[in-house]
Amino acid sequence: MNSGQLPRWVDFGLIPFLNLAAAFLVSGLVVVLIGENPLEAVKILVWGSLGYGEGIGFTLFYATNFIFTGLAVAVAFHAGLFNIGGEGQAYIGGLGVAFACLALDHYVPWYVTLPFAILGSALMGAAWALIPGWLQATRGSHVVITTIMFNFIASSLMVYLLNNILKKPGSMQSETRTFEEGGRLPFLNDIFPSFGFGYAPVNLSLFVALGACVLVWLLIWRTKLGFEIRSFGANATAAVYAGISPVKTIVVTMLISGGLAGMMAINEIMGSQHRLLIDFVTGYGFVGIAVALMGRAHPVGIVLASVLFGMLYQGGAELSFEMPSITRDMIIVIQGLVILFAGALEHMFRPTIVRLFTPSRALKAKEA
Amino acid sequence: MFEVLILTLDSTVRLSTPLLLACLAGLYSERSGVVDIGLEGKMLGAAFGAGAVAYITANAWLGLMAGIAVSVALGLLHGFASISNRGNQIVSGVAINFLAAGLTALLGQTWFQQGGRTPSLPDGGRFRDIVWPFAEQIREVPFIGPLYGELISGHNILVYAAFLAVPLTWWVLFRSRFGLRLRAVGESPAAVDTAGISVTWLRYRAVIACGILCGFAGAYLSIAQGSGFGVNMTAGKGFIALAALIFAKWRPASAMFACLLFGFLDAVSIRMQGQELPGIGEIPVQFFQALPYILTVILLAGFIGKAIPPKAAGIPYLKERS
Repeated sequence: MNSGQLPRWVDFGLIPFLNLAAAFLVSGLVVVLIGENPLEAVKILVWGSLGYGEGIGFTLFYATNFIFTGLAVAVAFHAGLFNIGGEGQAYIGGLGVAFACLALDHYVPWYVTLPFAILGSALMGAAWALIPGWLQATRGSHVVITTIMFNFIASSLMVYLLNNILKKPGSMQSETRTFEEGGRLPFLNDIFPSFGFGYAPVNLSLFVALGACVLVWLLIWRTKLGFEIRSFGANATAAVYAGISPVKTIVVTMLISGGLAGMMAINEIMGSQHRLLIDFVTGYGFVGIAVALMGRAHPVGIVLASVLFGMLYQGGAELSFEMPSITRDMIIVIQGLVILFAGALEHMFRPTIVRLFTPSRALKAKEA
Repeated sequence: MFEVLILTLDSTVRLSTPLLLACLAGLYSERSGVVDIGLEGKMLGAAFGAGAVAYITANAWLGLMAGIAVSVALGLLHGFASISNRGNQIVSGVAINFLAAGLTALLGQTWFQQGGRTPSLPDGGRFRDIVWPFAEQIREVPFIGPLYGELISGHNILVYAAFLAVPLTWWVLFRSRFGLRLRAVGESPAAVDTAGISVTWLRYRAVIACGILCGFAGAYLSIAQGSGFGVNMTAGKGFIALAALIFAKWRPASAMFACLLFGFLDAVSIRMQGQELPGIGEIPVQFFQALPYILTVILLAGFIGKAIPPKAAGIPYLKERS
């Protein structure tokens, strides 16, 4: 029952579509259960996320977060690793962005700060993934469990740092001071006023995210390291026989993955909030899992999945405004269903599909 | 000083109980080879089910049943995905956590209109503390009095159930035929299959057992310790239970001690808030909160003895190659 039995478009198009359709069907049932009209809800959701400039802006803003965390999970997937720690890595990545911005914002314009912020966030995120990766590689402790633990440790650490060390003097809020101009990425609305993004915080980090997609594609499919990562993920034992170092592959993959997750903080901290604050990640790291699953760990798929989840976030906000009984928790339910159907139950429809496609393929074989 | 110790231990017991129940739940599942990071979600779902039904019926026992039903249903979903469909167990667990977090808040808001919370429970809807015989009379006796009166007496029935579940779990897993097979299927499903025993049915029974215990854990939070369901009231306890399970190296008695240790850390962190320690100064409360996770990572790294999971944990069983 492996993928080779089906045409590519079925494998990469039809089956993911069916899984997604099932997830949305069940979501619709939940809406019915609450006593609202699901079609009406879909209409509000789509209009709220794509119907006007500001809505599109917010959709793209959320999508930027998901591209980073989705890529992070995807890169680890290729090596057969499950990095469930995007949440913590992004949170710690915020430190790197904040350090760069706090240090530089008085002196240089944003385009000088940005490379340092990218470097800082990637380094901090990677550092937070290093220990789980290293422990899996050398001591065999499972990366899933250690990254979960590191999410909680990150959260405690950040609460401590923001309350005791980084806090703005004299402030009651657990947050750093607000960055000056040199620590703020320009909003896309200021660069392209004709799009009418309005107050949407979508900013230049969208292009950083898209750049990261290209780099990840190059890395995974066009470099020796990428080949090693994929070989290791496909069959670790064979890869080791072929001379690929498991320790190096695991550690390097986790560093890249953590770095990508950390970069999510650029969008939130430098692009939108302009200060480091408590709980700015709020689940984006976990959504990365759904995004990577839906995007089949390919950068193009991840961009599409990110936009879809961005729509859910923005449209969901609109929806909770228009239909107060559908709170924003509905988005969490939909995410759960997408993870369930596109991830855990991905093989549910496959046997039926294979049965459907086998006769026609057999006929073709006869003709040929 | 002694009194402080007794009070701290008393709250240790209260804080350990949900961890212990969830930890034993995970023990059944993982010993059978089904990794369960959805403990958090099942507990949360159970807490909601218990809180909602206990509020409507004003009956704590019906609440407990409802909690168990929700949790077992989520467990069966996990089983359907990871046993029947051979899906990824981690992904399935993550999905269950999401579903529980979203659905409890959403349905709670729809049904009770209080921001996702259930209203405060009526009188019969809660498990009350049970005062043991003579607890009041011997309270004045030094040492024995507080020990018996505070620490042993005066908990609700779910606390006692949790601690009784430890020897019971030990007996089931290590002395019954079912337990032998359950452990075998977690180590070598192929061998169990060859012996003519259904791997699928064994694993399903394990996830059902896991669901029942998670149901107790969730019900404890909403209708025994608390007086109603609150949004995200598990707040990571499912993951601490998971950490405790690893810390205990998948053994029932060790699970109890691990949960007591983690509960103790929690109790101490509450008690130490804002207090100076002589010579050290104030230890940040976040340090205590992170300590269970840090200890687990250190253990996983093999620095406190090696934690070796059941061999087949996380691997779906495929009966025949196709």
